[in-house]
Amino acid sequence: MGKREGIAFGFLVLLSGVAGLKEPRLFQPQSIESVLLWMPLITVVAMGQLLVILTGGIDLSIGSILGFSGIGVGLVLKANPHLPLPIVFLAGLAIGLALGAFNAAVIVWGKISPLIVTIGTLAAFRGLTFILSKGDQIDSSMIPDSLTVLAHSGITIAHVTLSWLLILALTIALITFATLGFTTFGRNVFALGSNADAARLRGISSGSVQFAVYAICGALAGLAGVMYASRFGFVNPGSAGSSFELTVIAAVAIGGTKLTGGSGSVLGVLLGCLLLSCINVFLSLLGIDANYQMLTYGLVILIAILTDAAARRGKA
Amino acid sequence: MKDRPIVPAVLLVIGTILASRLSPHFLDIHYLLDTSTLYAETGLMALAMTFVIISGNIDLSVGSNLVLTACLSAKLLAAGWGIPSVVVAACLMGTCFGAINGWLVAKLKLPSFLVTLGTMAIYRGIAQAMLGPASVKLPKAFTGLDQLLWFKIPVPFLIFLFATLVTGLILHRTVFGRWVFSIGTSERASTYSGLPVDRTKIIVFALSGLMCGIGALLIDSRLGVARHDLARGIELDVITVVVVGGAAITGGKGSTLGTVLALFLVMLVRTAMGVANVKAEYQLTVIGGLLILAVLAGNLGQLFNRRSAARR
Amino acid sequence: MNFQRKFALLLPILALVAAGCGKGSTETASSPEASGSPAATGEKVKVVFIPKNTGNPYFTQVAKGFESSAASLGIDFNTQAPATGDATSQLEVIKNQVQGGANVIVISANSPDALNEALDQAKEKGVEVITVDSDLTGNESHRDAAVLPTDFSKIGPAQLELLAKTMNYEGEFAILSATTDAPNQNAWIEGMKTAMKNPTYAKMKLVEIVYGDDEPQKSSTEAEGLLTKHPNLRGILSPTSVGLAATAQVLENSGLYPGGPKATGRPGIVLTGLSTPNQMKKAVAKGVVASFQLWDPADMGTIAAYLGAKKMKVKPGDTFEIPGKGKFTVGEKNVIYAGSLLTFDKTNIDKYDF
Repeated sequence: MGKREGIAFGFLVLLSGVAGLKEPRLFQPQSIESVLLWMPLITVVAMGQLLVILTGGIDLSIGSILGFSGIGVGLVLKANPHLPLPIVFLAGLAIGLALGAFNAAVIVWGKISPLIVTIGTLAAFRGLTFILSKGDQIDSSMIPDSLTVLAHSGITIAHVTLSWLLILALTIALITFATLGFTTFGRNVFALGSNADAARLRGISSGSVQFAVYAICGALAGLAGVMYASRFGFVNPGSAGSSFELTVIAAVAIGGTKLTGGSGSVLGVLLGCLLLSCINVFLSLLGIDANYQMLTYGLVILIAILTDAAARRGKA
Repeated sequence: MKDRPIVPAVLLVIGTILASRLSPHFLDIHYLLDTSTLYAETGLMALAMTFVIISGNIDLSVGSNLVLTACLSAKLLAAGWGIPSVVVAACLMGTCFGAINGWLVAKLKLPSFLVTLGTMAIYRGIAQAMLGPASVKLPKAFTGLDQLLWFKIPVPFLIFLFATLVTGLILHRTVFGRWVFSIGTSERASTYSGLPVDRTKIIVFALSGLMCGIGALLIDSRLGVARHDLARGIELDVITVVVVGGAAITGGKGSTLGTVLALFLVMLVRTAMGVANVKAEYQLTVIGGLLILAVLAGNLGQLFNRRSAARR
Repeated sequence: MNFQRKFALLLPILALVAAGCGKGSTETASSPEASGSPAATGEKVKVVFIPKNTGNPYFTQVAKGFESSAASLGIDFNTQAPATGDATSQLEVIKNQVQGGANVIVISANSPDALNEALDQAKEKGVEVITVDSDLTGNESHRDAAVLPTDFSKIGPAQLELLAKTMNYEGEFAILSATTDAPNQNAWIEGMKTAMKNPTYAKMKLVEIVYGDDEPQKSSTEAEGLLTKHPNLRGILSPTSVGLAATAQVLENSGLYPGGPKATGRPGIVLTGLSTPNQMKKAVAKGVVASFQLWDPADMGTIAAYLGAKKMKVKPGDTFEIPGKGKFTVGEKNVIYAGSLLTFDKTNIDKYDF
């Protein structure tokens, strides 16, 4: 665990400690499970976002890709209720991959800044989601139990159930870790983010690396769409994934990843996801008045950033 | 860099022609001017955001700053303060909130994306904590500025035009403006050249805040009520406008003219689609596509210019 | 370069001015006429329905009510929904529709007061304004009439009674609402609190009201929070379909519903609220939700269409009859109730498709 991850971890411990003093029920298996229920969605999408940010880019359209995939998969399930689950997940992955590839194509071949392209596709994909859904939402009757059961059953350790969705998310995190640390592709991702010109001079094809990360990011967001359906049991074209991009980017940034690229880690991102999940659950468990929740959220983010900066300066 | 405004300009003309074919109700100059009042706040904030983005930063808190200042101003008016005092207070408050962002970015060297992500939640959060679900009604004397016409033009639009002139001059004709460009191009080189980098950054964010303050007054006057949930998502609109106008998100490039033309373009496209009864979902898709198209066209235009310049 | 910039500036201005001046004068001259008396010019009455947001099955059902009577009433009907349910998202739509020649605007307001000015301007141009489902609470003067699903003051008590019956009139319960500022939600909750004073409910206790903002993620977290914070919870009431759907899933996951796997030795947590039948079919089949309530949103559409088509200016005390639907009375503040609350449960849920 590096310096920045250590800070994120420290902050997490501090926050849980303070909150736990006020409300000891925080440490009950039920609350821990509540936090763990938030994790899978954020984590899976954050892994894709990490790849993109490491290359010096950003993807703001992941929320809309999630929504599109959720509706798309829901419609597929509506027509084929007995589709085997692995195919359902693959379908989500494929839909996300297609949308991510569109982002990638425009960014790499159109040579347009990823921020701009993904602001555009954020709107365009959301519009397409509404069009695809024809004004309806995917109701619970269209989502088979075999899918929703994955959200709350799994492996139980010490009274806490680690859902299958969480296990899937952690597996993806592990794969990302392995890719970044042990493959040429992973090294190229870091290289591109640290110094794009030097990377090109070394013969790294920045175009194909970039294409790959945006496509993967989209695919993971698409997968998250299926996980969304599993977790909530219904998908509404307007709310599925809405404003999710900011949460994910916050998780990635708080976990120590530099937003300009070239530096970051899977562990840091996991801690960031955990921190954000905790904040969301604590807000509810601490009974913080609904009108004060946004303020609290902002203060925590600001404190997290300040702590990170202070610690960096102190140790640097 | 100077040739970038041509793209939004051309798109604007094409857009106008297409829009007039879409619906007979569109080409009504009085109506278009009336609609412009809906975009006055976005426009003002975009003018300032141009500075922020050119300097290599970003300000996600503009919407929240606007809302908080709007709610505070409404409360002051309800408490009996006179209109002139509230106008001054709003400008000061907005500028202050912006300066806080600037200070955090410049002095504490925190990334502007994260800082303004935090203040985006904090400022709006304060407004929500203060008001809860209630609205604050504004006195009749203060409302209706968007219906007031001078020379047949709505006052908010005139305010916007005036602000355009002032900010345009500052950005393109003063030393300060050059500093902003310089910082965006290379902060390190600017520091070595002795530019007051920190001070410039703080002023840039303060300017962004000032526009939020003025915008707050405009929105209070237009709606007649202040609530914590107004202007949601406006920050994305503002950034879209500045970027379509030719500003590079990495900093160092952009223009006031480009931003203004892009604003008109977005206004035009949305109004045209609205009047032609285009469904919201299609509107979203079109705006998203337009953004990409505009920048694509800009890149092509640059390519063309470079080639013709080389030939010369 | 300099020339290019000047050119860029002049081009659009010239285009707009040339186009605008030519058309402008004739447009403004004719619009007030067009929107004021379509009957005079023999055109169809243009009715536009502005729901809270798009992709919302509830409002799709309201629109169906309009569409079913559009042909027979001879109106030109159109739905224009904003992309998001923000307080001000409908402003642009209102302005655009008025410009586009709408005669009647039927709107489900996203905000009780942010739309005042825009609606006033519409009324000045002769457009009739009717609210549907979500009224301008406290600002009723800015609209001509309101069609509400059912007497709002009756919804709170009815919901409480439904929950109480299934809870056997005793135990702790909580409410999971939408946003803190949703006027109809708050009105219903107030109704519940008032009804609680009745001695029938003496053995029941309202322990907490939480807000899920009509977001699935937040609603689920709040529901889970309720289960953790109140181990003796016996009932949850969610008078919003998103909240109810999310809570149903949470309750199912927890196994704590009556007859559920973790509800051995304890009565189980009862869940009810307001929702469309389609969203609850699975939950009812599994016993997670025994019964819930709503009305048929299409009724509001039918009535509003009638009012709009006949360009009726109503006042309290008026009555009118819609062929095939029955008699309706205009109440205080020009409010018309579309019907009564329907209770859905296992026995009748499959009859409905919305």
